[in-house]
Amino acid sequence: MSAIVEAKLIPAPREISTEPRRSDKVFRAIVTGGGLSSLVILGLIAIFLGFRGFEVLRQEGLGFITNADWSITTDDAGNVTESHFGLAAMLVGTILCSLIAVTIAVPISVCSALFLNFYAPSWLKKILVTVIDMMAAFPSILFGIWGFLVLMPSAEYWAKLLNRYLGFIPIFDVNPYVFTRSPFIAGIVLAIMIIPIITSVTREIFAQAPLDRIQAAYALGATRWAMIKAVVIPHGRSGVIGGAMLGLGRAMGETVAVFTVLNIVFQVNWHMLLGAGGNIASLIILKFGEASPYEIKALMAAGLVLFLLTLIVNALADLIVKSTGKSGR
Amino acid sequence: MSTVVVVKPTKPWAVTPKDRIHGAILFIGAIAATYLFVAMTPMKGKLAYFAIFFIFYMAFTSSFQLYFRGSASAKDALVNSIVAIGAAVTVLPILSILWTVIQKGLPGISLGLFTRDMALATPTDPLSNGGLLHAITGTITLVSLALIMSMPIGILTALYLTEIKGSLTKPIRFLVQAMSGVPSIVAGLFILSAVLYPITKGYSAFMGALALTILMIPTIARTSEEVLNLIPNDLREAGTALGGTQWRTVAMIVLPAARSGLITAMILGIARIAGETAPILLLTGGGDRVNPNAFSGPIGSLPYYVWKSFNAGSPEAITRAWAGLLVLLALVLILFISARLIGSKKVGKK
Repeated sequence: MSAIVEAKLIPAPREISTEPRRSDKVFRAIVTGGGLSSLVILGLIAIFLGFRGFEVLRQEGLGFITNADWSITTDDAGNVTESHFGLAAMLVGTILCSLIAVTIAVPISVCSALFLNFYAPSWLKKILVTVIDMMAAFPSILFGIWGFLVLMPSAEYWAKLLNRYLGFIPIFDVNPYVFTRSPFIAGIVLAIMIIPIITSVTREIFAQAPLDRIQAAYALGATRWAMIKAVVIPHGRSGVIGGAMLGLGRAMGETVAVFTVLNIVFQVNWHMLLGAGGNIASLIILKFGEASPYEIKALMAAGLVLFLLTLIVNALADLIVKSTGKSGR
Repeated sequence: MSTVVVVKPTKPWAVTPKDRIHGAILFIGAIAATYLFVAMTPMKGKLAYFAIFFIFYMAFTSSFQLYFRGSASAKDALVNSIVAIGAAVTVLPILSILWTVIQKGLPGISLGLFTRDMALATPTDPLSNGGLLHAITGTITLVSLALIMSMPIGILTALYLTEIKGSLTKPIRFLVQAMSGVPSIVAGLFILSAVLYPITKGYSAFMGALALTILMIPTIARTSEEVLNLIPNDLREAGTALGGTQWRTVAMIVLPAARSGLITAMILGIARIAGETAPILLLTGGGDRVNPNAFSGPIGSLPYYVWKSFNAGSPEAITRAWAGLLVLLALVLILFISARLIGSKKVGKK
């Protein structure tokens, strides 16, 4: 009798479970869904641009990448009778401008990253880091208009100097004698735009250089430069490459600044000082306003090419930077 | 009684007055040489002075070091000046841009600019006609819509990366990084092809905001992730030990503790998109009057206003463009600096 009463007074042991409660299940599902948004958005971008541009891509085939003319003829009723869409000029222009930008920006960024990490007194470092980060937030249209109205006269003068003294090298050749709105000037504007990002990536990588080795180098009597050459540069080399590629990706996708500065011509042009060039992104802005529905499809296909190009460059950059430092970005 | 000799600690590496005098002599010498050189050759412009001065200074200091201290020291001095030039060249365009915008934008700023729109004026009219009101309200509309959409997604992504840490953490971090590199024009084209053409068939602020959301999510997600990583794990453990579910721990402990950091993330996101031009050109239509309806009809915005005025080309229009840029830049800088101030507060304290 009493045994039964006792058994009723002591509650059965609660079941211990690692199963999350319902609120947690909902929470985790929502957060995972939010986390997947980047995948969904990137996928949708590729699908929609591919879907819209499919017709043009099929018609042009590989010629979409290799041909350089962009023309569309319509009859009186507005129907398309003949069309040629080729991105070659714009593709070459995109690559030319962004390569110029990276060539100019990387040495400058590496120097300023070294200066910030190893030369500047801490008060100056604090100010400079804020100013350079701030520059990364400047609107791109500002760079474009500044480049067109302020930088252009000086840059034109530099281009003429380059042409006069190095004109025998084919890429510095200019014919006809037009220097305004050239890929060179667009490249300088892009360089100024990507210096902040390359500087901050490089600075973070350099800051992770092992302190014990830095001090060991100094203890052995190394000068500052000898220390940098022996410790910092071997440590940060691939980080610099990654930063440069990140900058390259940004430079390739830049629209308004390039459009403002560059004279867009549908002709493959490797002469960087000549005032004729192109850029896929600015092609889209240029043609969008007056485009017929069929041409819009071609622009979508061009957008797809640009999207894939920047995606590949950015992915490579990310992999390279990640392989250097744990928290590098 | 013997005297105790206390050896004074010496600092052989410290800069002595003699070094300072040498440095000053070299500096002044370089300035003098520059002046002579530029006067004798047909070079012109401030930048020429700047460049020649650096070359002379580099030559003087390194040969001085080579003569007195040997080649290692000379190389060090050379690199010293090269690195300093790099930093100077980085800062120079920033100062030039700020100076130009302020100098050229200020004449176009007046009180009327903030109370009138361009409904009855064209960009080439005298500056007393028309204003920025439609652009400012438009930018506010665009940014707030984009913020409402991107903030939850950005924070959820950051929460996934820091709190759930599922098997997809690495790929998602990679994708967020990739997304931050998506060119703004591609985001604009995507919304054009996916929403504007098939569904709404008309310009509106909402279309622009959708594209801006795509650009804003990565900034918010990455900054929030960094902030959430700074929240000490003790807080999460304490929450769990008190019997809280993960949901309650995150919502009542982690997020409030990270509040100031999340606000920083939000502000940096706004600064990232406020001046974005390319998708706005494709999607909003750039109206000239104040448009209170965010879901239909063209809407103006600051970048669009600058673009339109700049392309109109007359002196008045260019002044309008600079004034618009000044307002836009002031907005971005205020946002950026407030993000810095809020972000510099210690994370993890209420």
